[in-house]
Amino acid sequence: MSPVTTTLTLNRLDPGEYGTILELDAGDELYQRLVALGLRIGNSVRLLRRARFGGPLHVRVGTTELMLRRREAHCIRLTHASPGRP
Amino acid sequence: MKRIAMVGMPNTGKSTLFNRLTGAHAKVGNWPGLTVDLLSAKLIVGDQLVHLIDLPGIYDLNGYSEDEKVVTTFLAQNQVDLALLVLNASQIDRQIVLLGQLMRPGLPIVLVLNMVDEAAALGITIDAEGLAAKLGIPVCMLSAKYGQGVEQLQPAMRAALREAVGADAANGGRAKLDERQLEAAVKSSVLVPAQASHALTERIDRILLDPWLGLPIFFGVMFLLFELVFILGKPIQDAMAWAFAALRSGALEPALAGLPFALRGLLLDGVYNGLSTVASFVPIIVLFFLCMGIVEDAGYLSRAAFLMDALMARFGLDGRSFVMVLMGFGCNVPALMGTRVIRSRGLRLLTMLVIPLSLCSARMQVFVFFIAALFSAKAAPLVLFSLYVISILSAMLTSQLFKRRYVNNDPFVLEMPPYRFPTPRQVALRGWHEVRHFTRRATRFIVAGVVLVWLLTNFPLGAAAGGTQTWAGQVGTLLNPILSPLGIDPKLTIALIFGFVAKEIVIGSLAVIYGQEGAALTHTIAHQIDWIQAYSFMLFTLIYTPCLSTIATIVTEAKSRAFSLLAIAWPLGLAWIVSFVFYQAARQLAA
Repeated sequence: MSPVTTTLTLNRLDPGEYGTILELDAGDELYQRLVALGLRIGNSVRLLRRARFGGPLHVRVGTTELMLRRREAHCIRLTHASPGRP
Repeated sequence: MKRIAMVGMPNTGKSTLFNRLTGAHAKVGNWPGLTVDLLSAKLIVGDQLVHLIDLPGIYDLNGYSEDEKVVTTFLAQNQVDLALLVLNASQIDRQIVLLGQLMRPGLPIVLVLNMVDEAAALGITIDAEGLAAKLGIPVCMLSAKYGQGVEQLQPAMRAALREAVGADAANGGRAKLDERQLEAAVKSSVLVPAQASHALTERIDRILLDPWLGLPIFFGVMFLLFELVFILGKPIQDAMAWAFAALRSGALEPALAGLPFALRGLLLDGVYNGLSTVASFVPIIVLFFLCMGIVEDAGYLSRAAFLMDALMARFGLDGRSFVMVLMGFGCNVPALMGTRVIRSRGLRLLTMLVIPLSLCSARMQVFVFFIAALFSAKAAPLVLFSLYVISILSAMLTSQLFKRRYVNNDPFVLEMPPYRFPTPRQVALRGWHEVRHFTRRATRFIVAGVVLVWLLTNFPLGAAAGGTQTWAGQVGTLLNPILSPLGIDPKLTIALIFGFVAKEIVIGSLAVIYGQEGAALTHTIAHQIDWIQAYSFMLFTLIYTPCLSTIATIVTEAKSRAFSLLAIAWPLGLAWIVSFVFYQAARQLAA
């Protein structure tokens, strides 16, 4: 990992960028769902694309692809890795 | 009979495996205390007949969603002799936690790793024997879709059931594994390459989810789908209607000629017409679910959710609701049944409340008739277009008003499965299950409704059928104070009562009510009512109860009396308000 590590929330990633999940700031229900779909602390997540007009995000974590609304993505804090590498 | 329950996360191919094991024999059934239907079937395992139950897909056994509560309730209230835990082989690392949650004393578990074909394509290798040894339960790797490896399941289930009888103590003594142990077991037996992704899916998504092309392609796909279901369905429906009419005039009418008038009417106009109404939906439902099955199994429905979410979230709905509301413009009935893919109950009910406002093809027939009778050829397309606009506006208003009552309380985090080729067998089974579900549940309701309307429009004996002397006519007169401010006279009210059964019969009922047909009927109506009355009548027809079959579907799908009542009362009230406002305003302006 590069020495200048910044933290940001998942909705701030640019398409194609990776981040490692640091913290899930979610209620029980959302937390459970995120974890079940593989969005766990320590896992690397990649933003694939955003839908237009403020729509949901398309992300990949492990072998799972999923979509989530920006509000939900806001609860996921990451360390920012350089784009293009996991 | 012993019970085997299938448990697993969504998108693991659980239902495909269920269909693979049971074929076309599955039954949809009610279970006490559950808000959803469960698919179950009898299956021979070794020398005994067992009951196999497909539980809804869940993410967490201690979860909060409707489906998760259903599964927990089911497992708590019913004796289960064996659980088949179905996991997606390529996602075993995150799905294995479900095994830990499911493990309990006295419950044998067979772990099924499904979709091994996909896992292999991703370069994932799984040591099934090593995993079985570490977990202490049998592990079957298979592909439910293509059938490879499914043969291991029979001996595994047989052994597990036998073990359950023989040594309960041994079973109870089996250690419950915690999350760390499960993950360690998976880590040592499963090898996932660092860059495992579905290359083809990625390439397709780059086009189908393109910021510019995505939405136009989506609307193109929806248009094709709509045409396919309803343009293809129409001639089949017509042929079916023709066959039913031919059977009636060729065989039933002569055979029943000797019966007294009332009994003959009850049998032919009541029961037989009811049955033919049910039958008329069969081709549309089959076609709808063949197409939807393909779209869903291929993985496009979740892409539709992705593309449309920005717009639909504002109305408390999601992209899948949009697809169903859109299909409702062809026919409301299959669209309502299709909402079952939406697993959040609040979201599903809101979608079901909106769908009946979609201007379906049956209502269109009524409008075309009235527009031809009362509007110039130049105004006609505009009038029809305005009705579509009002249909959409009332759907938007309804979702806005009720989105706080029927809240989507599931977190909006959905899996986007890789694109897959649906198998014909799977798609055909889906169509078959849905038709059987509809005919079983709705037939009695629809026949009873048709009989009731027949009674209303033919009794008391001696009154001219459909005339103002019948009970329907009396109801029309009784309702006159309520409906005359809308410009709807008692004769038109009788047509609305007929229209309660199905919009297709409204024109036919007008012929009976006015005692004329064809051009003469058009002429009479054009003389008896003016365009303001006609438009008001069309507005009312557009918004009030679409048809008996729609109500039957709402009642059987929603399983809530309060919701069903609302789904009838709200459109009725809205129809009244809209027609009233239009009629009074138009009269004022015209005066």
